Amino acid sequence: MNRATIWLKRLPAAGKIGLALVVFWMFTAVFGPLVAPHTVGQFVDREVFDRASGQLWLGSDYLGRDVFSRLLWGARYTVFLALAAAGTAVLIGTSLALTAAIRGGWVDEILSRTMDTMISIPSKVLALVMVAAFGSSLSLLLVILTVTYVPGNFRIARALAMNVVALDFVQVARARGEGAIHIAVREVLPNMIHPLLTDLGLRFVFVVLMLSGLSFLGLGVQPPHADLGSLVRENISGITQGALAILAPALAIASLTVGANLLIDSLKSGGEA
Amino acid sequence: MSRDQVEVRGLTIATRPRDGEARVIVDNISFALPKGEVLALIGESGSGKTTVALSLLGYSRPGLAREAGEIRLGGTRVDQLGPDGLADLRGRRVTYIAQSAAAAFNPSRTIIAQVIEPLLVHRLATRAEGEAKAVELFRSLALPDPVTVGQRYPHQVSGGQLQRLMAAMALITDPELVILDEPTTALDVTTQVEVLKTFKTAIASAGASAIYVSHDLAVVAQMADRILVLKDGVTQEQGAADQILTRPRADYTRTLMAAARPALRQPAKAKADEPVLEVAGLTAGYGPIRDGIPAIPVVRDVGFELSRGSALGVIGESGSGKSTIARAIAGLLPRASGSVRLGDEELAPALDRRTRDQLRRVQIVFQNADTALNPAHTVGETLARPLRFYFGLQGEAAAKRVEELLDLIHLPRSMAVRRSQRLSGGQKQRLNLARALAAEPDVLLCDEVTSALDTVVGEAILSLIDDLRRDLGIATVFISHDISRVRAFCDRLLVLYAGRAVEQADRDTFDRGEHHPYTQLLLRSVPEMDPGWLDSVPAQPVVTVEKSAGGDDLCPFLSRCPAAVRGLCDTTPPPLRAGPPEVRCHLGAPD
Repeated sequence: MNRATIWLKRLPAAGKIGLALVVFWMFTAVFGPLVAPHTVGQFVDREVFDRASGQLWLGSDYLGRDVFSRLLWGARYTVFLALAAAGTAVLIGTSLALTAAIRGGWVDEILSRTMDTMISIPSKVLALVMVAAFGSSLSLLLVILTVTYVPGNFRIARALAMNVVALDFVQVARARGEGAIHIAVREVLPNMIHPLLTDLGLRFVFVVLMLSGLSFLGLGVQPPHADLGSLVRENISGITQGALAILAPALAIASLTVGANLLIDSLKSGGEA
Repeated sequence: MSRDQVEVRGLTIATRPRDGEARVIVDNISFALPKGEVLALIGESGSGKTTVALSLLGYSRPGLAREAGEIRLGGTRVDQLGPDGLADLRGRRVTYIAQSAAAAFNPSRTIIAQVIEPLLVHRLATRAEGEAKAVELFRSLALPDPVTVGQRYPHQVSGGQLQRLMAAMALITDPELVILDEPTTALDVTTQVEVLKTFKTAIASAGASAIYVSHDLAVVAQMADRILVLKDGVTQEQGAADQILTRPRADYTRTLMAAARPALRQPAKAKADEPVLEVAGLTAGYGPIRDGIPAIPVVRDVGFELSRGSALGVIGESGSGKSTIARAIAGLLPRASGSVRLGDEELAPALDRRTRDQLRRVQIVFQNADTALNPAHTVGETLARPLRFYFGLQGEAAAKRVEELLDLIHLPRSMAVRRSQRLSGGQKQRLNLARALAAEPDVLLCDEVTSALDTVVGEAILSLIDDLRRDLGIATVFISHDISRVRAFCDRLLVLYAGRAVEQADRDTFDRGEHHPYTQLLLRSVPEMDPGWLDSVPAQPVVTVEKSAGGDDLCPFLSRCPAAVRGLCDTTPPPLRAGPPEVRCHLGAPD
């Protein structure tokens, strides 16, 4: 039996559900648009907020477009943008954290205080100002989301790295004359990778929620394209009718974040990632 | 009905893993202990001695379960008690003294509140009565300021005092049985003597039976009436203390005794060549440096020379700065002043100013192999890194050298693919050593390399280092708190007290002249196998001469010195008395 199978077997039930949800959404993000029956902006129905039918699996939205197709496209935006932002944030945050922990002294001081300052800026307000100044675009969204989540990761990674740096084997490496990069990548990083991966997953969930929030406020992905958050917002008028057009994307956000959370939690309790 | 206070019969304890085989940890142990006597459980780590001791509290560590056997205390079957019965037993009839008092006390409550807690929990006394009783106990345990010491917090007293305070906590309920789990292992030898003395009298006057868990036969010799020797959960032998100490029957007991008191090694021969390592006026510490002296100096003005293949033992108690010497030589802690010469090159204080070759030639072996090895690397990776870093060895050549190194430290070659965390304590320390040897150093700094290991395993490591330094001609510095062990392996000895070298001599001439008073105290404090030894050690004197403020150059040992002379030692810095042994003391120095 190989390691992956053993790992899967040991995963608690909640973790398996989480894993299934996450895998499902990843597949949707990658292959969804290929199987989508309609393009994003195509008008397919004269009725708005139509019920589900054989043609329109999830009914139509407030302009009479296919909700199912828009959901498949929307998932791609949400998942890829969130992955990219979380990945970049963790990469930058952890690199800075390793620098701070290994250099110590004033380097650590400056980095840590800068991050403290960044944490104190309300992220939604920052996003408002940035979008107002530069206009909304995907790259700007990526920058905003990354900047928002770097400090949190920095703090966690720095605390982890500090514990490892204090251990004797790092002293041994220093005494041997190793450079900072070797110490960071070969000695310290492997010993903090598991909690870091957990943090990456957690950041991913945060970014999904923040991106959905931004889009809901109209700051995120711009029409005619839509991520899951904008889908909820544009169909808000259908809420009184209980339209699938608003329920489906809301459920999508919920199942993606809950799934990721369940998976992360079971990884934490299992002690391995 | 026997008159025995404690009776254990056929005790078997095993692991109960959810899947997989059960493993027997303690195998069919039986013993009986009359009232008021002390039984010592002795063995190396993993021998099951603590597991046996804890079972008398009706406790087994998670994952362990009692498979068979009876445990009787007085008229009670401890093994049949339910949770309520156990709660009533623990802390009242059976009490426990742990190895680390510092970890056993709650740092945020006063000592007395914790000492009288068992009385309050079991509703045996009111707070006022309890406090009065605690003060009595403090007095009988020879604690300074018995009335007020309880008002302090655990960090405000010394380690030895804290250990005695924990004994007070254990004795306050007049227990029938006290379990002492390596209670002096974490203490310095000089402190250990005092603590052992007070334990012995306190237990005797309380009339309690005691179980003393230890790996140190000499310590046990002082405390025990009976001894039970354990190995891998199996009784090797048991009997009266005298019999075991003088006429051991089991081979294992003899091995233990031999390891505890290693025979002297031959000094290294042919030392005519130039010194490899020359240290002079070494001063190091923490905080900003002013005039070559750091704000918090740890080591002051230490110097020595070391030639190829010879060994120096640096001896001192915890906090004496012995590890700081190693760190300053290795460059991990840049020295404040003084010089360190390697061959004919002067080494820069800081690491980043030293050349790669200089770094290669000085290697340090850390005390704790658990933290000195990167758990993310395999044995092979651990050894291959210095080979690549210093010699550019890769691929086949590196793999071959790794195998040679594994041979050198007597580990099977197949271990190269294992994660270092999977090794045993002794194997880890060997690997730790091999990594240093991979650099082919001229100087090896061994910082307390055996203090985390069992006697027998530690002895093997020391022998290995000793053989290798002779064969490979590596100048070695052994840093240790254990004067009797270091003495067996070193050519030269340096005694450190409060960061200053108080005595230095070749081993052969070490005993020729009069020692520094601190060395005398150290030598006296090393426990001997003789059961009467503890009673023969004179009590440490009360302070006679106080150190005046500001006298930085005065003798550091002044405030503990039994031979201090008022008007001389507290006014004039001690001269260096020409050896052997070279001693920094007024004692016996020409006027």
